Amino acid sequence: MIAEAGLAALWLAAALALLQLFLAFTPGPIRNGSRAVRAVAIVEGALVLFAMLMLVLAFARTDLSVLLVAENSHSAKPWLYKLAGAWGNHEGSMLLWVTVLGVCGAMLAIFSRRLDERTFTAALGAQGALALGFFAFLLFASNPFARLDRPAFEGRGLNPLLQDPGLVFHPPTLYLGYIGLSVAFSLAVGALITGKVDSALAKAMRPWVLGAWILLTLGITAGSYWAYYELGWGGWWFWDPVENASLMPWLAATALLHSVNVLAARDSLRAWTVMLAMVAFSMSMIGTFLVRSGILTSVHAFAVDPYRGTFILVLLALYVGAAFALFALRSGKLDEGPPFELVSREAALVGNNLLLTVILGIVFVGTLYPLFVEAVTGDKLSVGAPYFNAVAVPLALVLALLIGVGPLLNWRRDSGERLKRLAIPALVGLTVFAILLFAFPGNGVLPKLGLAVAALLMPASFLPLLGRKLKRTPLTTFGMVIAHFGVAVALTGMSASEMFTREVLTAARPGEDARVGPWLVHFESVTPVAGPNWTALQAELRASKGGGVSVLKPQARFYSDPPTETTEAAIETVLGGQLYTVLGKPAGNGRWQLRLWWKPFVTLIWLGGALIALGGALALGGRAWRGRRLRHES
Amino acid sequence: MIAKPKHQRLVLVVIAALAVIGAVLLAMWGLRDRAAYFYTPTEIASGKATPGQAIRLGGMVEEGSVQRLPDGVTIRFRLDDGSGQVPVTFRGILPDLFREGSGAVAEGQLSADGTFVADNILAKHDERYMPPELGNQAAEHKAAKTVQR
Repeated sequence: MIAEAGLAALWLAAALALLQLFLAFTPGPIRNGSRAVRAVAIVEGALVLFAMLMLVLAFARTDLSVLLVAENSHSAKPWLYKLAGAWGNHEGSMLLWVTVLGVCGAMLAIFSRRLDERTFTAALGAQGALALGFFAFLLFASNPFARLDRPAFEGRGLNPLLQDPGLVFHPPTLYLGYIGLSVAFSLAVGALITGKVDSALAKAMRPWVLGAWILLTLGITAGSYWAYYELGWGGWWFWDPVENASLMPWLAATALLHSVNVLAARDSLRAWTVMLAMVAFSMSMIGTFLVRSGILTSVHAFAVDPYRGTFILVLLALYVGAAFALFALRSGKLDEGPPFELVSREAALVGNNLLLTVILGIVFVGTLYPLFVEAVTGDKLSVGAPYFNAVAVPLALVLALLIGVGPLLNWRRDSGERLKRLAIPALVGLTVFAILLFAFPGNGVLPKLGLAVAALLMPASFLPLLGRKLKRTPLTTFGMVIAHFGVAVALTGMSASEMFTREVLTAARPGEDARVGPWLVHFESVTPVAGPNWTALQAELRASKGGGVSVLKPQARFYSDPPTETTEAAIETVLGGQLYTVLGKPAGNGRWQLRLWWKPFVTLIWLGGALIALGGALALGGRAWRGRRLRHES
Repeated sequence: MIAKPKHQRLVLVVIAALAVIGAVLLAMWGLRDRAAYFYTPTEIASGKATPGQAIRLGGMVEEGSVQRLPDGVTIRFRLDDGSGQVPVTFRGILPDLFREGSGAVAEGQLSADGTFVADNILAKHDERYMPPELGNQAAEHKAAKTVQR
């Protein structure tokens, strides 16, 4: 019954999405129309949430008469992974996608009250149109509730790489981020239809952009840490197409986050902001297409089914095409708002937007180039770190420098007087660069530049607070400062770990020692151990650096359902960085392969990511609190 | 400097267009020599790949070809696609699913003596996941084997 109830709810929700689209664009008395559309959007969101809960319930009970459960779950799996297994597969993850889309639509209907009524109704119509397409995809190409004629005797289990607490949070967080941007997209479409692109639109759009951006930041940061410790390769970013698929919406959302502020505060950059809002969610959809169509190779590609890939591609072309056709038709009628001078906050933010757009373009071309070449010439190739590092990273460093400048400028026009405050941070940066250049003549110029820019940005990010009464400074300003400081922290971690990482690959017998960086690692033993659904060989390593001894236990695990082996790295975090250890294969004569990394400052990468998200959260909280106080006062 | 709204709009449009064109040009310049092409052992044998260039090589790990050198961390094996073979050396920990008779992709470069020096090995991931390049090749390989019988 559970599966049938879920499926029925999905069909009903799809019908309501059609109704929502129809009602929004039917000419009639606007007030009644708007009320009806609101109600439909809310019920639709509730229905699709119900469907998702039914799927989770089927997984919780390990209902083996449901095809999806039989193929992806197992009765002996820990309960947490049973639940998370509901979205650890193609159909379930698409249902989660649509659930978030529906819930976002419902939340838009509930919360955005202060926007122009017509724009708002049109935006809900656009949201309905988006939902409709993805409902169709679920119902016709990826039904998560399909039954088996005869219940399976036992499930096939979940990919062990996905049996990790990260799986419980990573997809929902990232999806909330991806799809939160759909609201910005719909609001942009609505505003283009009515022609009312103004600061009220920006203020309605801003919390959605900010919220989605915070979650994307968290999702990417967590995903990076997951790849770092779970894959056992010691890297934190591989420029894998799937990673790029999450980076592209983030880059667009970061640009949008800044331009939406210009629109809200100065009523300027109208067409540009609307276009970015459409680009941002288009990137989310392209990400979904890349990841879910099976044309890419990764743990994220669950199944290869050309029909599904084509279906998503058609949806993508339809939505992106329609949005940009609308933009081409309507944007000419928008005027650009009040002017600004070359040295002004607006100009700095235009610079930010252009750099982010260029970086986005570079990542986009690099990610899709292999698909393009294969389609045209049939040649197979891959584009990886050498390309992205060489082309995108220098621009990112220029962008990081601009972070120090922009917040010191006034809106509209500025004498540049306050830029003099950058003298000391600039001196710090130059000194760091000179020292690094002198002390480490080898290992490349980019990481050194990265550290120098980070050293400049760390003090510079606090300059906007200089000379202000801290008690009267809005929370949003603190948010900005912390997020910008987080960029400097993350940049330090990335550059320092690139420059100073030491790696040792050795074959050792128990009882022998190995050295990596400042660490002395004593290889104690290898013993078999067992977990709930795996067995493993576990090494015991005693690592010492200066005083105390830490014990690390890296494992080579064997899962039975499905039969798979995984490497579980053991990581010791100390103040200065991380010692990262991996147990490899037997190396003959009683020896074992051991791989050891000493990664100074590597933890700063994720700390920086968390700070960036925290800054966003402060800004969001500050605005919500201020808005509430203003409402109370009036 | 920028005064009239109309004028400003034009300037912004031009700047944006230049940025997009610039991005594409930069990307194309970057891709010229930084994309790693995928080759089969047969293509390598026929001299299609230039030594020293970063490429990827995919095939089946030949049965009985995997040997570990005395240092314990260098591995030698041959990748095979039914009609050609390439010897591969790899210093590192093999991926968990690396098996004789099963598919693998090696990333690295061809050395002058015809050995492929890999700095990374990717193996078939699980029952339902396989590098797409290997999907077809494995099927062809199987077909070839059946015909031989």
